[in-house]
Amino acid sequence: MTTLEALQNYWWLLICVLGALLVLMLMVQGGQSMLMCTREEIDRTMMVNSLGRKWELTFTTLVVFGGAFFASFPLFYSTSFGGAYWLWMLILFSFVIQAVSYEFRRKPGNIFGTRTYDACLLINGCVGCILLGVAVAMMFFGAEFDVAKGNILDGSAPVISPWAPTHGLEAIVSLRCLCLGVAVLFLARTQAALYFLNNIDGDDRFAALNRRRVLINGLIFVVFFLGFLALIFFHNGWEYAPDGSITEVYGKYFWNLLDLWWFGICFVLGVLMVLYAIGRSAFDARWKRGIWWSGLGTVLVVVALLAIAGYNNTPYYPSLLNPEASLNIRNSSSTEFTLTVMTWVSGVVPIVVAYIAYVWYRMDRQPITPAEMQAPGHKY
Amino acid sequence: MDDLMTVVDWSRWQFALTAMYHWLFVPLTIGLSLIVGIMESIYVKTGHERWKRITKFWMTLFGINFACGVATGIILEFEFGTNWSNYSWFVGDIFGAPLAIEGLFAFFLESTFVAVMFFGWNKVGKGFHLAATWLTAFGVCLSALWILVANSWMQYPAGMEFDPAQMRNVMDSFWDVVFSPVAVNKFFHTVFSGWVLGGVFVIGVSCWFMWRKRHVAMAVSSIKVAVWVGVVGILLTIWTGDGSAVVVARVQPMKLAAMEGLYHGAKGQSLVGFGVLNPLKEPGNDEPEMLFSVDIPKGLSILANHDPESFVAGIDDLIAGVSIDANGDTINTISYAERIARGKASHEALRRFDEAMAQGDTAAMDAARADIKKDFPFFGYGYYDDPKDLVPPVGVTFYFFRVMVILGGFLFVWLVGMWFAAYRKPTALENKWICWLGILSIALVWICSEAGWIVAEVGRQPWVIQDLMPTRAAISEVQSGSVIATFWMFAAVFTAMLIAEASIMLRYIGKVTKSNDEF
Repeated sequence: MTTLEALQNYWWLLICVLGALLVLMLMVQGGQSMLMCTREEIDRTMMVNSLGRKWELTFTTLVVFGGAFFASFPLFYSTSFGGAYWLWMLILFSFVIQAVSYEFRRKPGNIFGTRTYDACLLINGCVGCILLGVAVAMMFFGAEFDVAKGNILDGSAPVISPWAPTHGLEAIVSLRCLCLGVAVLFLARTQAALYFLNNIDGDDRFAALNRRRVLINGLIFVVFFLGFLALIFFHNGWEYAPDGSITEVYGKYFWNLLDLWWFGICFVLGVLMVLYAIGRSAFDARWKRGIWWSGLGTVLVVVALLAIAGYNNTPYYPSLLNPEASLNIRNSSSTEFTLTVMTWVSGVVPIVVAYIAYVWYRMDRQPITPAEMQAPGHKY
Repeated sequence: MDDLMTVVDWSRWQFALTAMYHWLFVPLTIGLSLIVGIMESIYVKTGHERWKRITKFWMTLFGINFACGVATGIILEFEFGTNWSNYSWFVGDIFGAPLAIEGLFAFFLESTFVAVMFFGWNKVGKGFHLAATWLTAFGVCLSALWILVANSWMQYPAGMEFDPAQMRNVMDSFWDVVFSPVAVNKFFHTVFSGWVLGGVFVIGVSCWFMWRKRHVAMAVSSIKVAVWVGVVGILLTIWTGDGSAVVVARVQPMKLAAMEGLYHGAKGQSLVGFGVLNPLKEPGNDEPEMLFSVDIPKGLSILANHDPESFVAGIDDLIAGVSIDANGDTINTISYAERIARGKASHEALRRFDEAMAQGDTAAMDAARADIKKDFPFFGYGYYDDPKDLVPPVGVTFYFFRVMVILGGFLFVWLVGMWFAAYRKPTALENKWICWLGILSIALVWICSEAGWIVAEVGRQPWVIQDLMPTRAAISEVQSGSVIATFWMFAAVFTAMLIAEASIMLRYIGKVTKSNDEF
């Protein structure tokens, strides 16, 4: 393995980890999707304040995920964002309207009223999760693009990665892609309910409500997740050769899970942890630590899924228009120099993780209570 | 081609819309984070509860504004991909790194500690909270550093070379990218201008309280902090602005010529203090440049080269091939016609390289590679046929430069005056005309700040990367209708956001004004 290949592998692993952390943090969006159907005002206030102290972390993770993709695999950034224009624009739109909603929702003079901002949070909660799931699903099911770098010299049509004219809308209406999108939404809702159990010290009724949410959302998630697994495991994937040629392989992603057995172990372990968290949280009235099990399990599962999408000679962004143009970690990455620079930069990651963990340990030592919501101080 | 240009124009409008809205919120975040940090430090040092209340008041305004900056910022990063996908590939190897570093170093710092700022008063100790406030302010500056490094690189590409095999530019020196003279000047100029804006904002809001004779002690205390930030900020902004002018004269002389509406330069070139451009004037014709102007003798030569007798090139000079070198001496440079020819030659050589690579003809590849290298500095010119297309919009650049400088001059006088009023003659702060001027100056500082960015960005057109890639070659393959639709979608959202923010701030200030709570 050359140094460049090692760096490409390393950066794909970082992308996998960042993607997994993003999916974990989508619990904020999952929680938002439950706000408007929460009847008790105090419940809603506690939920908003529990989520509101984390929303920027989700937002930042999304931005860093995008930035890391740009720095390490710029051809993906160029191809996917410019091509699946509507898909990404709708995702961004949903995050823009989220960003101000927490701060503005209960502020006097907010013009549009609390319900409008709560509706924005709902839209972000649902649309953000589903469409991010759709975007990731395209890494397995492919996208309608081509890559012709020579086009950059064509003054009348200089775009190097032309797409189908639907520009991402075709993925939004694809049932296969939507299957993962819905799974992500209900996973996020499940995680949110688990987080509320842990982070909010409400009454028994509130706890029971969240345990019910864990069970219902968890079951729906499992159904759609199994559907997605069936679709990718019993589906033709692609494999590229060193000369750039590409072939279809039946059950490629399933075989990848076996070939990359350490990711297979992560996957199985992660699934078991999520199922354990759902099952025990739903039926054990005293257990509140489900988010830790589910959170870690989610990270393991998503890392494994993204790993099998990009490793083992698998193009992580298959082209349906011209399979030879599919993007893989070898043909779409930055140069060895840039990846080396960025690898040094990535050395700061443990420090970042450490201070985030320390700060939130200090901030979350005491769960949110109804009394805190009624006391003076900054609240959403 | 018509649709291509429509897409280019609307993509530019969309990016400009996002950047200008973003820049409404960000400088206030930069300035207020510093001021809030100073105020909280005073509170921690003195232990006086009134400073805690003052800190919390300004921190609330900071929080209302902060969310809008975050919301508009995410779009900017992703628009490089969605609307400028060719650009993302052509320079992604270089440009992506600062964006990723910004996220990793700055955004996590901000997003983690800003929550402590707002929710941590009763959860963490005084020292920890103060550290969180300063770390948020530091994160804001760090964020500005990396995004301005990225922006500066577009204005002055450094630390890279072109790789024809990949049809993109690749980084060969990270430090050249980070420490380019444009980046250093732009970073400090931008951050210091944020201090000015923050200072003027705090003074302006405090003037409101002074005028209403409510919470006067709080207002005076706030003004005393803000004038220091504002005066130091404006002095450093002027100093770094002077540095920026010198750098622009070296690396973007066409932008400087457009800023002055100057077509034919001279030694000892005067600076237009104020004037009206002749709308009939175009490159190459004999119309006079100005209908009316008030000039400052030798001003432009001093501004551009710090030498009153030096030559400054105009637009026609540059097109014809007359320019200045790094020492400010007049030299004959390559005319724009020749640059276009050499740009086209580099395109042709790249086509030859591509064909040779497909055929595995290494000798032909080497020959083509040498030709590309020779003409690559003019690669972007190859997309054009007429040198006039390479001139930025002179009117916009000229007038907004004047708006920036004139308002900057006013702000200097205003801030120095307020410093004397606050520390030498506090009774002047009760004068209603001073109070109203303070309130008015809030609008003026924002106009000044936005004008600066308009000069910087419009003045470098048509380049998205100076000399290497014009905007028309940088775009995504999206139908114009889609870009127009998203432009209006974001225009509506950002406008609603701005109105809501202003309304919430005004309501909060009004509530505090009426409140009998002690400050």
